[in-house]
Amino acid sequence: MTLWVDRVSKTFPGSMKASICDVSFQVSEGEFVCVIGPSGSGKSTLINLIAGLETPSTGEITLDGKPVREPGADRVVMFQESALFPWLNVFDNVRFGLKNQKKTPEEQEKIATRFLKMVRLSEFAEYRVHQLSGGMKQRAALARALALDSKILLMDEPFASLDKQTINLLREELAVIWKETRKTIILVTHSVEEALFFADRIIMLSAEPATVREVMNIDLPRPRSIESEAFLSLRKDILKRLRVEVEEVAKGEHDAR
Amino acid sequence: MPKESTTRGRVLRMILFLSALLMIWQGVYFLGVEILSVWKSYAVPSPLGVLNSLIEVTSGSVLSVAIFKSLQRLLVGFVISMGLGLILGLMMARIDFLRQNMKPLVLGLQTLPSICWVPFAILWYGLSDSAIIFVIIIGSMFSISLAIENGINTVDPIYVRAAKTMGTRGGALWSRVVLPAAMPSLIVGMKQGWSFSWRSLMAGEMMFSSVGLGQILMMGRDLADIDRVMAIMVVIIVIGTLMDRMVFGTWEKSIRKSRGLDRDDQ
Repeated sequence: MTLWVDRVSKTFPGSMKASICDVSFQVSEGEFVCVIGPSGSGKSTLINLIAGLETPSTGEITLDGKPVREPGADRVVMFQESALFPWLNVFDNVRFGLKNQKKTPEEQEKIATRFLKMVRLSEFAEYRVHQLSGGMKQRAALARALALDSKILLMDEPFASLDKQTINLLREELAVIWKETRKTIILVTHSVEEALFFADRIIMLSAEPATVREVMNIDLPRPRSIESEAFLSLRKDILKRLRVEVEEVAKGEHDAR
Repeated sequence: MPKESTTRGRVLRMILFLSALLMIWQGVYFLGVEILSVWKSYAVPSPLGVLNSLIEVTSGSVLSVAIFKSLQRLLVGFVISMGLGLILGLMMARIDFLRQNMKPLVLGLQTLPSICWVPFAILWYGLSDSAIIFVIIIGSMFSISLAIENGINTVDPIYVRAAKTMGTRGGALWSRVVLPAAMPSLIVGMKQGWSFSWRSLMAGEMMFSSVGLGQILMMGRDLADIDRVMAIMVVIIVIGTLMDRMVFGTWEKSIRKSRGLDRDDQ
């Protein structure tokens, strides 16, 4: 599996400035890539482009040589707001995408059961979405995404709307799940800590328009601890570099006023 | 959640309130008609008179036949109106051209009271059942179509996006995502359409009808029997409330509850 993002730019209609400008990178099988950048830097746009929910203005995205033109189950997205369907219970939510894959009901149930167990929601299969806490919703959304066995899993700030304790717990769980499944993941986040915790490689975007400012290979041993010295010093270093970008955004906003 | 005792208390208070209202009504009637004689007895109903009339009309078959006939018309009209409203609503939701140009027109037509369609109905269909059903359909389909269009266009786009990235497309996107997501608003639309149908039915039946609730209401007027008019009005209120609350209310409540849309104190 190889995903190519090849000199991609995106300008939204009615906007003078490009949201993303000339972004290129490659993701290979089994890699965990994190994209960080100042807020409003077009990180979500990048995910939407790869997902096929938006089309690039210039450049091309290819998955295994085939150009991405529309959304598809080979590039499942996990959103910040779980986007679980409130008219279905947890189990049927997890099973939702499997119906598109021409699987028999028995297969669907088997797969859904397996991934619900993986995210430790087996006991909540019959629950309605509104009965779940924020963390449980994101776990269910993760199970729903994993169940489809996509080539690549796209995560758009999946933990951003949760409280600190839940975030830590879910990160640990995702790290374990990733170790088990070796899924190829692109995770977009504004948190350096989160990126460092997961990433084989961090792609740092610059402020608007987003360009690739830096690509960092992260060799920290796994499982990673956010309290280890190596982690903390690396985090400090990246934060410093990111701060330059944030300040540039702030300056831009100031000048615009 | 409300406790059982408070629910009982609320019902009790309501009964008390209604009884007081009835007593005041009877008192005013007694004062105005019997003591001061400022009102004619045929122009002012009294609670006891209405009660007598109610017993009278319910004892024979006249009322049940009228109710049956009216509900039959209502059902036929409503089903057709739902079908046409659904088609029009879906078309307005899907086709931008229609939403931009047709919707303002539909909004205008929806404000037209259904009784204004009666002359049309009579000229087209004569004094027949078809004419009444026509009034029902035209009186409710516009509001139904608007509710459907609105329900579909207010579906949170994130659901559609999520479904697309899971490989859902085409018709399945509609049947598995958009329509279920819009369901709560669609039911509200149906409920509203139903009450428009009900009003249109009465308008139609009061203008021209041989059998039906509206017709026996008018008969009360012809006989100068105000108690009877009032009694039939009570029957109409009861049937309308029952359908509204029991059928659509229960449905709406259960679907809202299953999605966690209701506040706890309701």
